[in-house]
This record gives sequence, structure tokens and C-alpha cells, in this order.
Amino acid sequence: MLISFLLLPILTAIVLLFVKKDTMASSLAIGASIATLALAVFASFNTLAAFDMAWLPSLNSRFTLQVDGLAKILILLTAISLPAILISTAHNEYKQKNIFLSLLLFTQAGLMGVFLAGDALLFYFFWELALIPVYFLCSIWGGEKRIAITFKFFIYTFLGSLFMLIGILFLNAHTEAHSFSIQAFIHANLTNGQKITAFALFFIAFAIKMPIFPLHTWQPDTYEQSPTAVTMVMSAVMVKMGLYGILRWLLPLFPVAFAAHTNVVVIISVLGIMYASFIAIRQDDIKRLIAYSSIAHIGLMNAAIFTGTGIAIQGALIQLFSHGINVLGLWIIADILEQQTGTRSMQQMGGLAKKQPTLAILLVGFALANIAMPLTNAFVGEFLMFNGLFILNPWIAAFAGISIILAAIYTLNMVQKVAYGEISEKINAMPAPNKAAQAVLIILLIIVFVTGLYPEPLFTLTADTLEQLLAK
Amino acid sequence: MNAIIVSTLLGVIMMFCSWGIKNQKTHQAIALVGFFVLILSNLAQLNGWFVINFDTKGMLAFTRFGLFVNTLFFILTFIYIWLNGEEITKFDNQAADFYALFFFILCGASILTSFDNLLMLFIGIEILSIPLYILTGADKKNLFSNEAALKYFLMGSFSTGILLLGITFIYGATGSFHLIAPMLKPDTGLPSEQMILSAGLLLVFAAMNFKVSAAPFHFWTPDVYDGAPTVFTSFMATIVKAAGFIAFITIFHSQSKALGHTWELILSFVIIATLLVGNIVAVFQRSVKRMLAYSSIAQAGFMLFALYGKSSFAEEGIILYAVVYSLATMGVFGVLIKMKENSFEAFHGLAKSNPLLAFVTTIFLFSLAGIPLTGGFFAKYYMLNALYAAGAGLWLIIIAILFAAVSIYYYFKLVQAMYFVSGEPNMHVLSKKYTYTLLAMAILLLILGVFPSLLFNYLYF
Repeated sequence: MLISFLLLPILTAIVLLFVKKDTMASSLAIGASIATLALAVFASFNTLAAFDMAWLPSLNSRFTLQVDGLAKILILLTAISLPAILISTAHNEYKQKNIFLSLLLFTQAGLMGVFLAGDALLFYFFWELALIPVYFLCSIWGGEKRIAITFKFFIYTFLGSLFMLIGILFLNAHTEAHSFSIQAFIHANLTNGQKITAFALFFIAFAIKMPIFPLHTWQPDTYEQSPTAVTMVMSAVMVKMGLYGILRWLLPLFPVAFAAHTNVVVIISVLGIMYASFIAIRQDDIKRLIAYSSIAHIGLMNAAIFTGTGIAIQGALIQLFSHGINVLGLWIIADILEQQTGTRSMQQMGGLAKKQPTLAILLVGFALANIAMPLTNAFVGEFLMFNGLFILNPWIAAFAGISIILAAIYTLNMVQKVAYGEISEKINAMPAPNKAAQAVLIILLIIVFVTGLYPEPLFTLTADTLEQLLAK
Repeated sequence: MNAIIVSTLLGVIMMFCSWGIKNQKTHQAIALVGFFVLILSNLAQLNGWFVINFDTKGMLAFTRFGLFVNTLFFILTFIYIWLNGEEITKFDNQAADFYALFFFILCGASILTSFDNLLMLFIGIEILSIPLYILTGADKKNLFSNEAALKYFLMGSFSTGILLLGITFIYGATGSFHLIAPMLKPDTGLPSEQMILSAGLLLVFAAMNFKVSAAPFHFWTPDVYDGAPTVFTSFMATIVKAAGFIAFITIFHSQSKALGHTWELILSFVIIATLLVGNIVAVFQRSVKRMLAYSSIAQAGFMLFALYGKSSFAEEGIILYAVVYSLATMGVFGVLIKMKENSFEAFHGLAKSNPLLAFVTTIFLFSLAGIPLTGGFFAKYYMLNALYAAGAGLWLIIIAILFAAVSIYYYFKLVQAMYFVSGEPNMHVLSKKYTYTLLAMAILLLILGVFPSLLFNYLYF
């Protein structure tokens, strides 16, 4: 059963390489991604057996896939993202669209693998596999400066993951029977000094992927230059790989080293939040604004996880999902605006509410979610996270809390510039609304408010992970 | 045993082929059949069947490891000739001579995989090297090729001299050429004997470093690789280098203890220097051929990890590394041969005009860079593991990893040239067979990238 999360996207991706007709390729990709979504929904309400088979006998690595609440919530997010992205960008023109879609599905398979892998070497394998299609997607279909910027992004993250590889190798050498399974890693025989080394090696990889300040420099450029469909995958799902890595590997493996670094990491994260928020205020490019806003939100989740308090971790678990949905909505809107007006500069937008009222309402909806207004999903998560930070240190919570105000400033500023004011030339020239994309946005917005009003299902889903993490 | 005898015989037969038979295609066919016979004879020995069996007085020792490595070398050479046969005939109207030289090289390689005596090491290295000097100068009317051949010959002879001096010292200290014997024990040997032994081992170490082009003995490599005809560079940089490494490992896995902790220090220095020179200089190359020459130095740096200490990771790792690296390098060189010039610009727009070839080249480059899903990843992983298992510090592994990240830069420069820059690649016509052979090599790399253990399962059964 679990293997189908990998097989379905991969097989479709291979078939897509030979489907030359654009519309057919598009519907095939959408069909496959919806099928994956159905699987994911099924998986979130059922207990699934782990998949396990021998892989590399000489290295003692096994092809193990397993699932728990944390994995389920991220698989669900990945599975929701792909059809949403594919449907809302179905009308975008890409040269060699079948290959574009095929690479996107390969990325999806890589992401699923990362969230499912129960074996460290396998985890590393998928971690890289998710990256390589993205490298080609950005470099071929991206903006003007795409090649240099994507290359920077690639080398940055690749270097990070190489450090993780050393960490894996190091831990593997210290386990009984040289196994790669999570369980064996947890019981690895390390001195405290060695634990801190291994902790650092893993942490670098995850920190670059999230990214947290000051390792974030690849992100805004990459988000800006990538084709929006790819930015959506990266922003909604790929950055969660870093947080997932911390929750799945770092916290259970090195609880002591983890606790010892709480203050450093939390302070860096909070500084990063403030830094990103201030820069976001100054942005005129709508894609860069969302990119910086995303850095701030991820920084908050990272800080919350590192407090080590149950309440904050619970908040982060919920927020993993909610942030994905919210940012996905914002990106889809940004993409519609870019496609229909031909610009990303907010100076040149204005008066959207008069031209396309539905889109403007949707924009306001997601903007509210982005600043974590009560009733929206983000409120639930952020409230819990701030609670945890407050338990750790009220001062830190206060500084982090400023980010809410800053988020309100840049988000509402964006809404004001884009939706209200005089109708600008570019907005006036917008063609008829993109119905498919709006339908997707409406569904996403419904998720935003439903999980905001009734987050109980998300709590139940992640309960087992939380229990395990806190048992440490 | 079989491999040494049969390869010599086949070499001689091949030499006389051009007398009776004038058709170049037939020469290639004979050579391919010859390699096939060579593989079979070697496999026969694995099963205990000898062409001629006599007592070598302990000068040669045929281990399962050595014989298995032989088989792999022969298979790789078979692939090499299958791929490049056409290209070889372009230099001279007597391709048969070149094939004869390949057989002699393999004879040298089979001695290097089975020697148990330092004299045999010397003979093996010489048999391996002399044909290479000729191959380097194969393009007789090209000055660069001549220069490279002369340079290679002079430097090569010099390093052989150092090797001989080292062997003499070891003999002087221990009174034996045997690999097992030179283990002087601290309490039995005189201090002066200990010192002479160390000096001898260090001289052998330097000479072997020259042969595998490790820094600071690498200076001949870029010039020779660049000057030699591309098709022969491809052979020199792969199978020959791998054979050198097998010999290197055989000596020092048994002898490094005589050097004590100095060994780790010296080896770490050489590893870091090699990685540094290879990777950093490769970044600045404008010619793909020179870039590959430096990349081969950089890759040698990774292969040196296997020397650090004896472990199953080191033995399995060097086999995997040799095969994967040879396949990938032969592949990239194979594409380069078909380009009319060696610059990066020649590759512009290849993805558009020939997507299959671009894809295949990408796999080769990914493998060289060590990206997962290609054999290169596991090759590097085994090497790092060997290093750690032998007790090296994490710092050395971290340095290695940093350089691996640097290597991404120049390998991906070629990927970028193929995929993201538009242009019309300036290349010769490719035959179907050629493309499919390259594709088969790429698929082999992908298979090794998921199931690397397929390769060395045979080592134990």
C-alpha cells in the first residue's frame, strides 16, 4: 500500500515522457495526482502496515517505508498540493509541457519518499531525488537569471545534505550490526561529544533546507526565478522537509544535544523571523514578498520545535499543514496575477477588487490566514507555538510576537496595493477570470476555515507522533 | 596465471594480424574475440582450470580478489574497444598494432592484480607503462601528441627509477622482495634497518602516487591526458589508473604498518593535496578534456581513501569505484570524441539536437559527481565508509565532502552547457550502435546506483 505513493507518481512520470500532446499530458498528470490524493486521504484515516524489503545487504540498509501521524499529515499536504498546483497552472504555457509535468511528479515521488522512509540511507536517497528534478525544472523553465541562481540553490542544499550523509555514516558506524533503521540510530552507542557532532551534521542539512537565517540566502532568488508551479512545490512542501527532518530524526536521535542547543537555535530563529519580516515590508515584487514571509513563518515553526515543549511542538505539527495550505493559496493568487497582468510589481497593480472581485475576496481570505487571524487555521498553530515560546522565555515570545504585527503590516499592505485603489492599467487589461484556479482557491480556503474552526482532526492525526516525541 | 599467459599470446597474435589481414573491421572483430577469450580464460582459473600451471615460487599469488578484478578490467576493456573501435582505426591504417598494445597493457594489469613480490610489481608496472607511451604518441603528425608522449616517457621512466630505488632499499633492509617479509619488528630490526625500510616504502609510495596521478606527483597528468589522442586518454584515465590503484592497495594494505602513524599523516596529506589540486584547478578549465584530466586527479583523491586501512569496505569500495568511475569517464570521453572541439561551447544545445545523448552524458556526469541513483554515489559512500572504518578522523571526511561539493561545480557546468544554453552542437555523425552502447553504459550505472552489491556478490561466491 505505502509503496503506491512512490509508484503512482513515478510510473505516471515515465509515461508522461512519451505523451507529446499538451492537453493530454496535463489531464494525465492531474488524474494521477488526484488518485494519489485519494490514497493519501484513505491513508490518513487508516493504520497502514510498514513496507519492508531487503535492499543493500552488504551495507545492511533496508527499503523500509513506514507511516505515523507526522508522515501522514505531510503526505496529505503533498497530495493536496500537487493537484491544486497542476489544476491552477493548467493553462500556463510551458515548452515541452509533458517533461515539465513529468519532472514535477518525480519531485512528488521524492517528497513522498522522504516522508515515508524509515531507513536513513533511503531517506538520504529520496532527499536528493526530490532535489534533482527541481534543479532541472528551475533551470529550464525559470526566469532570466535562472541558471546561476538555481545553481547556487543546488550547491547550497547539496552541500548541506552531504553533511547529513556524513552524519548518517557516522551514526551507522556506531550502531549495533551497522543498521540504518531509525530504531537502531536511536540506540546508537555515542558519547555526548559525538552526539553533538552528529547533531550538528544533521542540523546543517535541515537548516539549509528550511531555510533559517543566516542560511536562507538561496531562497528568495530561487522562489522569484523559478516557474511558479515549482515555487509552489518548494514553498508549500519542500521546505517542510527540513522541519520534518528535525522532528523525525534530530529530536528523537539526540534529545540531549537538542535540549542543549535550544537557546541558540531559538534566538537565531527569532532574529531570522524579525529580519525576514522587515525585508518583506520593503518588497515590491509579490513573489519576493511571499518568499520572505515564508522564511518568517518557517523560522517561527523551527523556534517552536526547539523549545521542546509539548504545546509548541503540537502547534508546529498543525502549522506544518496549515502553512502549506496558506502559502499555496497565496502562490496561486500570485501566479494568476503574474500570468494575467504580466508583472509581479505591486506598484503596477491596484483595483483588483473592482475588476475581479472573487479573486480579491480570495486574496483577502488567504491574507488573513497569513497573519493568523482567529478562525483561520494558522491561528490554531501559531497560538500554541507562541504559548510554548512563552513558557520557555517571555522575552523571546515577545520578540517573536512582534512578527505578528510585522506580518500584518506587509500582508495588509499587499492586499491594499493589489486589491484596492484606482484600477491600474495592467489590472484593467486582465482577461476573464481563471475559473479552474479560482475553484482550487475556494477549496483551499474552505480547508483554511474548516481546520481553523475545527482543528480536532489534525490533533487526532498527529497525536501518536506527539506522544512519541514527548516520551523522550 | 591464465590471464597473463593468454593476454601475451593474444598480443603477439594480434601484432602479426596486420600482415595477413588488411581489413580494419576484421582486426576489431579479432580483438573483441580475443578479449572474450581472455575473460573466459580468467574465469576458467577462478574455477581451478589452468592453461599452464607451474610454481611461481611465491612471486605471484592468485587471490579471488585479484582474479575478480581482472575479469572486471577485461570486461571494461571489451566495452571500451566495442565503443571506440571505429575511432582507433582513424589514427593509422594498422589498428591491429594498437590492439596488440592493449593486450600487453592488460598483461601488465593482470600482473599488478596478482603480484606477491616487489620485482613482479616492477615488471608489471613496466609492461603496463611502455605500451602507454606509444599510445600517447599515436597521433604521429600532431606535435602535442609527440610532446605528451616524450614527457610521459621521461617522467614515467624517472618515477620507475624511484620505484626501483625504493625496492632496493626495502631489499637492503629486509633481505627479501616478498611482500610478507619486509615487516621488520621494532624489537628485532636495527634502527638503521628500520629507517632504510621506511625510506624504501616512502620511495615506493611516491612512485605509485606518480602512476595513479596523485598530488604532488600529478604534474604530468593534465599535459599527457590533454596531448594524447582523446580515445587513448579515455583508456589511460580509467582502466590503467584503476590497475595502478589495485597494485597500490596490495602493497600498502600489507606494508603500511611498518610506517606507523606517519603513514596516516602522509596519506592524509596526499589525499588533501590531490583533492585540492584536482577539484580547484578543474573549476577553471575552459576545455572539457583538460577538465576531465583534472577531474581524474580529483577522483584519484577519493580512490586513495581505500589505502587508509584494510577493511571490507576498502576492498569492495575500490572495485565499485574503479568500475563506476571507468564507465562514467569512458562515457564522457566517448561523447567528447564525437565533438569537433574540446571546449564547453561545443556542447551548447546538445539537449535539443540529441536529447538521448544529452541524457546519457548527464548520467555519466552525475555519477562522477556522486549524485544518488547513479553508481558514483555508492562508490563515494563506500570510500568514505572505508576511511571511517580505518579510523580516520571525521575532519578528513568533512574535507573530502567539501571537495565533492566543489566537483559539482565543474561537472554541472557541462550539464548547463547541454541543457540551458541554446546553440548548435558542433559534432561528428553518430552511429546508432555508438549511441546505444553509451546508453547501455548509462543504464549499467543506474543499476549499480540502486543495487551496488550486484557487483561484488561474485567476490565471495
